[in-house]
Amino acid sequence: MSSVQKRYLVIVFLTIIAASIALPEKLQLRIPGLNREISLGSPRFTRLINGEPVTVAFSFKQGLDIQGGMQVILEADMRDIAAEDRQTALESVREVLLRRVDLYGISEPVVQTAVAGESYRIVIELPGVTNEAEALELVGRTAELSFQLLRENPIDISPDATDAAQIDFSQALSLEETGLGGAQLKRATVQFDQNTGEPQVGIQFDEEGSKLFSKVTSEHTGERLAIVLDSSIIMAPNLTEPIYGGQAQISGGFTLDEAKQLSIQLNAGALPVPIALLEQRTIGASLGGESVRDSLQAGLLGILLVSLFMMLYYGWSGVLASVALTIYALLTAALYKIFGVTITVPGLAGLLLSVGMAVDANILIFERMKEEVRLGRPFMRAMELGFGRAWDSIKDANLATIMTALILINPLNLPFLNSSGLVRGFGVTLLIGVLLGLFTGVFVTRTLVRMYLREKK
Amino acid sequence: MQFLRHSTWFFFISLLVLVPGVFSLFRYGLRPSVDFTGGSLLEIRLPSGSKVTREQLDELLPTDFQLATLQQSGESQYQIKGSELSVDERQNFLLALESEFEQVEILRSETIGPTLSAELLRKTLNAVILTAVLITCYVWYRFRDLRYGVCATIAMFHDSLILLGSFSLLGYFFGVEADVLFVTALLTTLSFSVHDTIVVYDRIRELRRKHPRHTYTEILDAAVTETLARSINNSVTIILMLLALSLLGGATIRWFSIALLIGAITGTYSSPFTAVPLLGIWDRLQRRRQLARKR
Repeated sequence: MSSVQKRYLVIVFLTIIAASIALPEKLQLRIPGLNREISLGSPRFTRLINGEPVTVAFSFKQGLDIQGGMQVILEADMRDIAAEDRQTALESVREVLLRRVDLYGISEPVVQTAVAGESYRIVIELPGVTNEAEALELVGRTAELSFQLLRENPIDISPDATDAAQIDFSQALSLEETGLGGAQLKRATVQFDQNTGEPQVGIQFDEEGSKLFSKVTSEHTGERLAIVLDSSIIMAPNLTEPIYGGQAQISGGFTLDEAKQLSIQLNAGALPVPIALLEQRTIGASLGGESVRDSLQAGLLGILLVSLFMMLYYGWSGVLASVALTIYALLTAALYKIFGVTITVPGLAGLLLSVGMAVDANILIFERMKEEVRLGRPFMRAMELGFGRAWDSIKDANLATIMTALILINPLNLPFLNSSGLVRGFGVTLLIGVLLGLFTGVFVTRTLVRMYLREKK
Repeated sequence: MQFLRHSTWFFFISLLVLVPGVFSLFRYGLRPSVDFTGGSLLEIRLPSGSKVTREQLDELLPTDFQLATLQQSGESQYQIKGSELSVDERQNFLLALESEFEQVEILRSETIGPTLSAELLRKTLNAVILTAVLITCYVWYRFRDLRYGVCATIAMFHDSLILLGSFSLLGYFFGVEADVLFVTALLTTLSFSVHDTIVVYDRIRELRRKHPRHTYTEILDAAVTETLARSINNSVTIILMLLALSLLGGATIRWFSIALLIGAITGTYSSPFTAVPLLGIWDRLQRRRQLARKR
């Protein structure tokens, strides 16, 4: 088998894989005349990872501007926090917000921190949320931490209660204020037990807190002290002995991650950070759907026109270029799904634009080939020369676009450049488009031309 | 073909487009969007057939709210822009609207504080400058000649000025705003512009190596002639794509597509008809100075 045939097979193979990934998750096709329906869909894999089945399905990740939702940028006011604690404080704010948002029942929320110089920010994305007032109430509050005594009251179980449901468990537990809260807590840190090496969380109270804490621990030894964050109990350790001096360790067979998590939650109360709203964007779901439909329609029409133009102008080579373009489109869609590229409306525009630009490589090559033929070279030789000579220009020209796309994406999160999701979305699709365009232009088209085009007799 | 003989005409055409735009840019500037000014934007959809006027809105909105623009963005669909509205104020406004029109759908609601908008403006400028500098250095490095870098950069600024000028005019006459996406389009135009220029310059370099006896002007002419078909065809495909997007792509990206379209057209024009003639003029001036020195 010649190398051209091998490459050809690689392309066919790639196309089939890409097409099956790019397929919508469920697609019903009715075959005319056969009265049968076949259903196609992108493949799903179920694999056992750590003993649990994990399903890998390929689907597009839609940006907020497509599926609708809310984006909030918050600024944390760090004036009252010592410089060395700021990072910890911000992390705690993030943790608290994520917890609240999760409890509220939002699927796939994004809560990210962004630190640039003196500004400490949190970017929150809430897909599907359109009730601004409720959502802002949810994320705008400062965390509240308190230590309360957990009382277990004996429950009267009447002899005729046969069902567990008939027993009122809410009677069983009650909380009692101790006056001890986040304000008196100085800091929580992850420590390790000196004897066992087990991770534990060390907490340190200020002067007022130390007095209160020693009072509580001495009066209520043997009882449980609940740690309450945003009015829900995160844990309730036992008070084993009176603790004086305001330093205590919470241990209980934590893993390192659990200890970290607990210290972050405690710090949210210890380092309360006021939060201000910097920016809020809400997009209703209907607007996004309409934009996607419109731009997809426009895109399909555009691709058709471009293919038509190529076929009319370059004849059979144009047909091959159009085939390469289709392969390009399939590969792009598959890559988006595999890498989970978030698709935004400007991102779609970037994709369509890159289709227009992907043709460029083909045009450069075909024009070169024509020139070489005009110079009297035999067809096959002209073709190879055309590809070889066009490659230099293609490479140089596309590097400039790649540079621009990288500036738009700002992958290093440089503080002096933009990091807005819309701009990034466009940059990412443009970059993928250019790179794939190089691949299809040079590898796919070349192989197709070598396979199918012969000198006209 | 002898393109360079008509250099004056090419520059004249450029000026014809540049002057009104640049005039408008200095006189009226761009119309910045909420992204850059800070404030609130609300896009609402009323029951079909309903209409809303400025006066009506003034009554429903809080008294200290400054309504900047009210634009119809579709059938019974409106965009309201103005000073910053608090969450409560937005809720009250929505309730007031609902009592007036029964069913009101919020399509989009944005509130951007002053810190962020100022920051965005700064970051945007940084990105434009960084792109321009990197591209100049790249072209300079690729062609081992500062002349190429400088001429490509001038062509790049020519294209950005045309795009900025067009949007200043569009803003003045049709209320089109420059938003984050416009800036993205501007950056893409920079790369478009240099993309085409590099293709022509590449050909110049190749021809010089192949035909060392020919004059520089002849080489430039030949390079333009040989790459023209490719330039035009390539632009046709990009323009077809962007035209479809501008006309059918929906309101969200309409002006974005149009900005890209303008960028693509001027980017194509400027490579053979600005970047190359500039090289020719530079060469002629240099030669004249050398001759003068010899005498």
